[in-house]
Amino acid sequence: MIVETGHFALVLAFALALVQSSVPLVGARFGNERMMAVGGPVAITGFAMIALSFAALTIAYVQSDFSVANVWENSHSLKPMLFKITGTWGNHEGSMLLWVLILTFFGAQVAAFGGNLPASLRANVLAVQGWIGAAFMLFILATSNPFARLTPAPFEGRDLNPILQDIGLAIHPPMLYLGYVGFSVCFSFAVAALIDGRIDAAWARWVRPWTLAAWTCLTGGIAMGSYWAYYELGWGGFWFWDPVENASFMPWLAGTALLHSALVMEKRSALKIWTLLLAILTFSLSLLGTFLVRSGVLTSVHAFATDPSRGVFILAILTVFIGGSLALFAFRASSLSAGGIFQPISREGALVLNNLFLTTAAATVLIGTLYPLFIEAVSGDKISVGAPFFNLTFGLLMIPLLAVVPFGPMLAWKRGDLPGAAQRLMFAFGGALLAVLVVLLFVDGATVFAALGAGLAFWLILGALTDIVLKAGIASVKPAVALRRLVGLPRSVFGTALAHLGLGLTVLGIVGVVSLETENIVTMRPGETLQVSGYTLRFEGIQPFKGPNYTEDQGRFVLSGSGGRALGEIVSAKRFYPVRQMPTTEAGIKTLGLSQLYIALGDATADGGVVVRVWWKPMVTLIWLGGLVMMIAGVTSLMDRRLRVGAPAKRARPGLSAS
Amino acid sequence: MNGKRFAIRFAAMLFAIVAAGVAHAVQPDEVLADPALEARARSLSAELRCMVCQNQSIDDSDAELARDLRVLVRERLTAGDTDAQVMDFVVARYGEFVLLKPRFNTRNALLWGTPIILLLAGGIFAVVAVRSRRRTEAKLSDEEKAAVERILSEAQK
Repeated sequence: MIVETGHFALVLAFALALVQSSVPLVGARFGNERMMAVGGPVAITGFAMIALSFAALTIAYVQSDFSVANVWENSHSLKPMLFKITGTWGNHEGSMLLWVLILTFFGAQVAAFGGNLPASLRANVLAVQGWIGAAFMLFILATSNPFARLTPAPFEGRDLNPILQDIGLAIHPPMLYLGYVGFSVCFSFAVAALIDGRIDAAWARWVRPWTLAAWTCLTGGIAMGSYWAYYELGWGGFWFWDPVENASFMPWLAGTALLHSALVMEKRSALKIWTLLLAILTFSLSLLGTFLVRSGVLTSVHAFATDPSRGVFILAILTVFIGGSLALFAFRASSLSAGGIFQPISREGALVLNNLFLTTAAATVLIGTLYPLFIEAVSGDKISVGAPFFNLTFGLLMIPLLAVVPFGPMLAWKRGDLPGAAQRLMFAFGGALLAVLVVLLFVDGATVFAALGAGLAFWLILGALTDIVLKAGIASVKPAVALRRLVGLPRSVFGTALAHLGLGLTVLGIVGVVSLETENIVTMRPGETLQVSGYTLRFEGIQPFKGPNYTEDQGRFVLSGSGGRALGEIVSAKRFYPVRQMPTTEAGIKTLGLSQLYIALGDATADGGVVVRVWWKPMVTLIWLGGLVMMIAGVTSLMDRRLRVGAPAKRARPGLSAS
Repeated sequence: MNGKRFAIRFAAMLFAIVAAGVAHAVQPDEVLADPALEARARSLSAELRCMVCQNQSIDDSDAELARDLRVLVRERLTAGDTDAQVMDFVVARYGEFVLLKPRFNTRNALLWGTPIILLLAGGIFAVVAVRSRRRTEAKLSDEEKAAVERILSEAQK
């Protein structure tokens, strides 16, 4: 009964979405306030319906109701409760329902907190949200119904894919979707502005918090996904340039560009048309990502063919939304007025450069991801585009971009002073140079690449710190005054500096692990020891262990530092999930400072030993700590007073000139 | 799609899913005694695709076929081949599909060219746009100049 209620709520939500897509739009067109006002309550009720529907599916999972086909296919009565709950979205149907849940959640947010928006803009935004919602709800109802029943009900479920039975599933997909779908609000604002034919700095101020929130969540989702793959897949890589990863990375790159161009538009009224296009492109890439992942077209062309209805349906959604919005853009963009002018050397100029490189990088990832499909469709040849291609092209694009990052915040709006900015960055440059020398002279096995990489990372970190130091005047005024100024700085200044600092930390982590990682592949028998980067690792032996829905062989290792200092035990295991007949590795990871020791078990050998792969990963945790700092930066920037709810209307004028 | 290709694809899919769970790519018995040669073997392996996996290099994969290919690479290196010769040998046998970094050729021109073309075109467009806007907006017509003069002189009174 609960399941049917959920299904019914989904149908109701679809009907509401149809109302939301049409009535406010007509109202805005003819200036009918009562019709425009329909959007708000309908959006909020629609969200309530989807929430009810999602709750019903979750209850079916919690109760292990195997009469529901989706639960039967993806759950098991012995599965731990956490994974029963997270299993709700650990499958195609459930994850699409989560997607729609988040979409309607954002729509409801616009409805609830968009009171200060012009009525017609609000109505149009909600209508566009309604279109997207209706399309995806229809997709779920027509091709991916999570509430389908089975008769007779099977006795036991087929269990969730073991790789997904992890805390990562609780965090990664929701965060990622909050990011993906968050950009839908920017998209809706862009399309609404095109329908209205009006766009100004206030528009950018309304869009910016959504961009920031979506970007923050997407950053967290990607970082979490990266760490998950790192510890779960068991070969210690942090980024594989897998099509599925690329699908989430492209919106991130475009979203980062959008974040920066929206800034120019808000402060200087420039780059309006470009910002609009970028808002459309960012969500288009999110949609494309959803299509690529959900249709299975990339993992195998054949997976697309097994269930063509889904792939074709999403492809249709994709065509209508991307094609439609771009056509609208082409049709209307010329009627929008262009904004402020600026010199090439200026904050605006720096942000244009940022956008140029970020969008080129996103396009590079896009073409690399789709090129094998393209070539196969055109000539039938099969080629591969993998990590070596992306590392080369993406790396070459990122180096110049990262090198100019510290200059951006140092330049004034409109007309910047490049020599002056360079002078202010002397300290940061000196620090970076020092880092290069230290790495070259004192780190064993360091290559020139490692040294230059470390220099680049320190350049970013010190450049970000310099920004704060200068803006607070720490070096030039009395400490008490500087402290007062520091506290008084806009949160967005801290946001910028923290985000660039986080980027530097991530770069440092990547450089550290790529250039200084060591790997040992050995056969170890119980009692044998291995020397790894100054630590001694002793293999104790293998013990069997039985978990709730798996069995595992646990390899136990004891780690000691210099002079025999005990550093504790590391357990690395090979798991077997009998229901799915699938083995997984549970890597043993010990964090020492910022670095990690990573142990993966291989096969047992005939003479009682076992193959062990041990990696020393220097500074690897910085990769994700940097991501965390970027997230904190996003949240900090969101707390800026000009972005607070209701702020656009009440904000005092003089703040406009503050940077 | 003919039956055989279909079967291979299907097997590949199944395999990749299983392979994703276990990790023990390079085995101790494969490692070459000469560290320089082994390092070359590893960097070559990272650029070769495991034919039966999804987006995994033979260096990362534990599939039987990946192992065969790793051993083959090491055999060629021990026999004195250069890196380029090894790659040519593998491509001659398995086709360009094994290369994770496609070659520079006309077929892949679009792939390699896109970043450069976009960067150049975007850069030129941005420069032109900024310049032309500055020129059009900086110049005032005679009428406007007169108006400015008038307003300024009035303000000074």
